[in-house]
Amino acid sequence: MTMTFRRKAMGAAMALALGAGFSMPAAAEPESTDPIKIALFDWTSVNLNATILSKILKSYGYNTELVTSDYLASIQTGLRTGDLTIGMEYWDTTAREAMADADASGETENLGPIGPKAKEEWWFPEYMKETCPGLPNWEALKGCAEAFSTPETAPKGRYLGGPVTWGGFDDERVEALDLPFEVVHAGTDAAMFAELESAYQRKAPIILWIYTPHWAPAKYKGEWVQFPEWTPECYSDPAWGSNPDKAYDCGKPHGEIYKYSWKGFAEKWPVAHKIAKNMKFTDDEMNALIGQVDLDKKSLDDVADAWIAANGDKIKQWAQ
Amino acid sequence: MSTDAATAPLERRSPWPLIWLGFLVAVVAIWLLRDPLIWLVKYPDKLEINLAKWIGIAAKWLVAHIQFLTRGLAAVLDMPLDTAIAVLAKGILAPNDAVIVPRVSWLGVIGAMTLTGYAYGGLRTAATVFLCFTYIAFFGQWNGAMLTLASVIVCVPIAVALGLGFGILAFRHPRLATWVVQPSLDLMQTMPSFAYLVPVLLLFGSGPVPALVATVIFASPPMVRATVLALRSVPEEVMDFGKMAGCSPQQKTWRIMIPSSRALLMVGVNQVIMMTLNMVIIASMIGAGGLGYDVLLALRQGDIGRGAVAGLAIVAIAISLDRISQAAAEHQARPFKSGDTFAHRHPYLIAGIGWLAVTTLISLFVPEFSDVPKSLTLTLGDSLNEIVKWININFFDLIEAIRTWLLLNVMNPVKQGLLMAPWIAILGGLVLAGYQLGGRRLALLVALLVAFILIAGQWEKAMISVYLCAISAVIAALIGIPIGAWASRSDWGNRVATIAVDTLQTLPTFVYLIPVVMLFRVGDVTAMIAIVSFAVTPAIRYTAHGLRNVSPQVVEAARAMGSTPRQILWRVQVPLALPEIMLGINQVILLSLSMLVITALVGTRDLGQEVYIALTKADPGRGIVAGLCVAFLGIVLDRLAAAGAKRARERLGLLDINAQH
Repeated sequence: MTMTFRRKAMGAAMALALGAGFSMPAAAEPESTDPIKIALFDWTSVNLNATILSKILKSYGYNTELVTSDYLASIQTGLRTGDLTIGMEYWDTTAREAMADADASGETENLGPIGPKAKEEWWFPEYMKETCPGLPNWEALKGCAEAFSTPETAPKGRYLGGPVTWGGFDDERVEALDLPFEVVHAGTDAAMFAELESAYQRKAPIILWIYTPHWAPAKYKGEWVQFPEWTPECYSDPAWGSNPDKAYDCGKPHGEIYKYSWKGFAEKWPVAHKIAKNMKFTDDEMNALIGQVDLDKKSLDDVADAWIAANGDKIKQWAQ
Repeated sequence: MSTDAATAPLERRSPWPLIWLGFLVAVVAIWLLRDPLIWLVKYPDKLEINLAKWIGIAAKWLVAHIQFLTRGLAAVLDMPLDTAIAVLAKGILAPNDAVIVPRVSWLGVIGAMTLTGYAYGGLRTAATVFLCFTYIAFFGQWNGAMLTLASVIVCVPIAVALGLGFGILAFRHPRLATWVVQPSLDLMQTMPSFAYLVPVLLLFGSGPVPALVATVIFASPPMVRATVLALRSVPEEVMDFGKMAGCSPQQKTWRIMIPSSRALLMVGVNQVIMMTLNMVIIASMIGAGGLGYDVLLALRQGDIGRGAVAGLAIVAIAISLDRISQAAAEHQARPFKSGDTFAHRHPYLIAGIGWLAVTTLISLFVPEFSDVPKSLTLTLGDSLNEIVKWININFFDLIEAIRTWLLLNVMNPVKQGLLMAPWIAILGGLVLAGYQLGGRRLALLVALLVAFILIAGQWEKAMISVYLCAISAVIAALIGIPIGAWASRSDWGNRVATIAVDTLQTLPTFVYLIPVVMLFRVGDVTAMIAIVSFAVTPAIRYTAHGLRNVSPQVVEAARAMGSTPRQILWRVQVPLALPEIMLGINQVILLSLSMLVITALVGTRDLGQEVYIALTKADPGRGIVAGLCVAFLGIVLDRLAAAGAKRARERLGLLDINAQH
């Protein structure tokens, strides 16, 4: 946390700038020097986004703070009370409920999507196609479950699901699609990817939940299982899909990743708000950045600095 | 932890074998009649109360009404924390990141810490501290370590002051002690910290302050206990002297009792420091940053080497602070001569501050003094990852065979047994044991606490928790007691064991959890290994201590009578050390329970998972209920074990362990 020193005459400068109707040039006096608190969570892309935003805002003279927080707790406590100003990534796939809750409270603002699409689905390494040639079609799983089994699950296959806190309805999916699989939940994604790494080293059978943007699809060769495409009705209406009696007979939803802020953000720091709102990346851009951090082991700061240096024009547009 | 003496006299022919036989018959009868009596086997849902909802509502109300207070407190706590972080880690920066006042130089910190070690513990401590801090510097962990150190520096005095305050209060008002302080301490020590993180977040906002508060809650109980114990141990004569000299109660406390029990109090301080460092990982999850966060990030990238390096930096800080505080506890202050100047009295203090000032000043002009030069830092690189990979590729089949055998032949049967056992049998058995070991009051306590778990609808998850902890505790005891016995036989062994125990206790479990997952997959076996590796430590420590404390005369006498070393160990030392070994096992059980939340991170389906879900859903009611269930399990087992150990002591005619100090 940086110590802050209030500068005097801020009000006057702000009035001048706004009154004259100019868009704010770089390194201008900010509207308020109170720290803008940007949340850090525990995966790479969000911390990259947060670091990049923090550095951009600093170049505009704002005082920012990067605050380590918990993903879902942040949108349910910090952003509502103003303890946090912005959280850079809330995924449609995992935070849908929490976002709906936050929208209903009226205490937060949805700043729009950050760009890359969130995808989560069952995933298998390429070499599994040899033992189970029908993949990636999901129906192949019915025939070669045994190839994915371990002694305690045999003859059923073993599917490594995400932490229970992620939801995802895999237990329901297995039942609705009548897949001969047992769902084992990992407690954290660190544990999940540790198992993937282990299996991949031995070219051993594994099928698990993977999500992007993430470094794993870049590091390991493999494919998503193709389930019947998700629609809202599939989850809500049992009649939909191949199983007339059960819902969840389809794949997982994919969707956007949203930025959320405390509702007072726009009023207190208008230009910063504009930058945050306009900030956007493409899928490829984000995956490349993540790769630099997680696979090439560069520091977040270095990667963020390099990106900012190369994209000055884009940043200027965001502030317009 | 005292319960009233057993009310049933034990000398006459005991009725207990008969009672237990009757109990067994009843259980079998229920089992045979399980179809009509299903409500005695599976607790009826209708009798469950949605406590989580009510506690959640109460918590929300409370938060809304006292938030202004806690937010004020948060602002106050923020100041020392900000200052410490600025001094040690970040310096004072202008909004554009220009340095206004630099942080202290890393060379300065290493020097000052080494000097502190020397001042209290001489060359040996100084060398240890020096090694630890150079490790941190040259393995590139300096920034994270200073953030962690900053929060430790703020956290420890607060926890110590609170502990001292409540300890004195409890000492002066014994009623308050039994009815309020003691139960709260038990709760604070057995409740998993995740359970109160959500309320703490709601009350204190985001960032490092709530992490600090959670750490203080977790770390202060040992200080309270140490204070009470220390004050009770002040000799009568000293108190009488105070009375004769006409001291007021205040003077008596602060001028006589506290100084004369300093050594024991320092043991409490030492415990506070270790517990604080224990919390580092968990605190980092809610915003403390520092080394804990570095460990988490590295492991999320699957980088075992970097995670281990950061984890070992936590161990390095822990060992340094532990050695310094232990030395300080034993350190005898040199009496001052009149006419000594300040500089005469505090030579090390002045030298330390001077060195810090000089190096920091130089760091303004020489950047190498401000940051550890990158060219000097070392990394493990990929070597650790490669080692794990090698084991994985070459030994996985063997490991998989062991894992499957354990799971299918040991773990799953126990789990199934516990899940199928009628709840009434488990409740009844525990209450009966309580009555046998500790009389009516213990039986009542056990009944109430276990009933809470039933009513809260957490029975199944509680049984899974019990199964995991029970198996782990047995294995931990089987491994730890022999190691402790071995360590007790030589100084050398003792030293090795101490280092191992220190490392296991402060190295964040997460660091070795990930390689274990790679080799043993996600699931209960991995969870068990994690629990055992943490919970084995008290078994080693207490066994070694107990065996070493067996009176040498008794051993000598046994030897004179011609006993072989083996006989001495099994017939003399082990029975005499048994009460302390049992105390160790008691601690093993409590530590196993405390690991439940961590094992939820590898995907167990127990109370720990319930707490973890509540944390991510920011649901205070759910977390507190599940946390209370864990705490109550812990308290029940602790009380039963303590009562059992007490009876064993009485039978052996030994002194109460607590009275020995």
